Amino acid sequence: MARINQGGAPMASPEHDSGQLPHFVRSFGWGVVAWLPVIILLVAWEVVARSGTVTPFMLPTLTRVFERMGSELVSGELPIAVGLTLWRALAGFVIAAVLGIALGLAMARNRFFYWFFDPIISVGFPIPKIAFLPILVLWLGFFDLSKITMIAFNTIFPVVTATIVGVYSVEKEIIWSARNLGTSERGMLWEILLPAAMPQIFTGLQVALPIALIVGVLTEMAMGGYGVGGSMQTASRMADSLGVFAGIFEIAVVGYVMVKLMAMLRRHLLRWHQESQEPTTV
Amino acid sequence: MRSGPAFAAGLFRYLPIVFLLLLWHMASTFHLVSTAVLPPLSSVLSSGYDLVSTAEFWDNTGSSMYRGGMGLLLAIVIGGALGIAMAWWKPIRYVSSPLVEIFYPLPKSALIPITALWLGFGDASKILLIFLGCMLPVTIGAFNGARGAEQTLIWSARSLGASRWRTLLDVVVPSALPELLNGARTALALSFILLVSSEMIVARKGLGYLIGFLGDGGNYDAMFAVVLVVAALGFFADRVYLAFARRVLRWRE
Repeated sequence: MARINQGGAPMASPEHDSGQLPHFVRSFGWGVVAWLPVIILLVAWEVVARSGTVTPFMLPTLTRVFERMGSELVSGELPIAVGLTLWRALAGFVIAAVLGIALGLAMARNRFFYWFFDPIISVGFPIPKIAFLPILVLWLGFFDLSKITMIAFNTIFPVVTATIVGVYSVEKEIIWSARNLGTSERGMLWEILLPAAMPQIFTGLQVALPIALIVGVLTEMAMGGYGVGGSMQTASRMADSLGVFAGIFEIAVVGYVMVKLMAMLRRHLLRWHQESQEPTTV
Repeated sequence: MRSGPAFAAGLFRYLPIVFLLLLWHMASTFHLVSTAVLPPLSSVLSSGYDLVSTAEFWDNTGSSMYRGGMGLLLAIVIGGALGIAMAWWKPIRYVSSPLVEIFYPLPKSALIPITALWLGFGDASKILLIFLGCMLPVTIGAFNGARGAEQTLIWSARSLGASRWRTLLDVVVPSALPELLNGARTALALSFILLVSSEMIVARKGLGYLIGFLGDGGNYDAMFAVVLVVAALGFFADRVYLAFARRVLRWRE
């Protein structure tokens, strides 16, 4: 399945020599060293952009990109664009999460649901659903409704499959003992299956969230209507490369923060589960 | 005579899809929805049939396949090599992992205007976009797989006199393969998304462009047909890839 393995990204964790320095100084020092490649990359960007080997149109200097972001921040364009993109991506993501978990549970527990939806999911997962964008525009118009629908349509698949896998992997002994103790079908769902399947479900959600952002930006580029993707597309049409690069920085920060927040939420929600004791690296 | 029951089972499994297609057809033939919004399946199929006999269709399909194939190939080869190198040589790991961590969560679609800015509307910008967008899932898969190579196997190979290079090729690369191939499957799905959408947004050729062009012209029958063609391409590419990956990993069983 289209899995973007969130748990897998590596991070340099240099083996600490236990020196005499207090812990926070050491970890700060290592932080700087570990992030050195990023700093070097940014410095190299500035140097190349200033040297004149490439035109400012192809690669504007970093300082000018940051100035542009600063002025967009002051004028309010940046918060509006980021807010709109986030609102659409999160709205689509939440719809997909709720429907996807519900459908996954239904499929895992009911043979008819499984029979009906299994082929639809297995055909629908690998197809490039973004190709349906013009059809959705035809049906739902140019505004938020079609964008959010497109985002939910793309993100629901990993949630459904992760939920099914999660429910199937719940240990049979737990289900049997709950049943022996007289748990109702409802109690089984809310108190046994959902919590026990949560680690897998959460992994599905962590796959889905970046897809929501990718598709959110795409729908804005294709259909306009503000947002970070929309403003990047406008900037690109007007040959305003500063605007394009400012947009990249904005959406990169949004993506990074969202992924980190999801990892934190996972650690918090799944504290009881041994798997979340391991450090989540992305 | 095994094919009979297997065929019946397959038919039963995919019956819901047939049911959906029937529903679509009935909805438009009985005018439950306007045919302007949902053309009947039969007219989509017939205009699809007409389209397939035009050179224009094959021209666009060819350029889409070329872009997707080249970008994906570069992503898998370079991304895979980078992941394995990161696991094998610490200096490369220290240099690359913060960069991977920064670029991994970047919504890759944001690169569309940048690649268009650098390389224009043609093939090169799409290939660069797909390469950049699809590389990291392969890198991360290869890195995790290579790092998971059993240390005892590496020690045994070394103590039996294998050079570092031989150990890398004969022990580390095969252990990286399952997760690398898994990452490549993610990359395949991502490549279709980036290809079709970048062609819809900035291109003068390709299947994505054709969808947008037909839609703008109000030729919805043909537009639906091309959307179905793209969906089918994505589906079959995934199935063929799975069969290929299973073959490559046969030694594991």
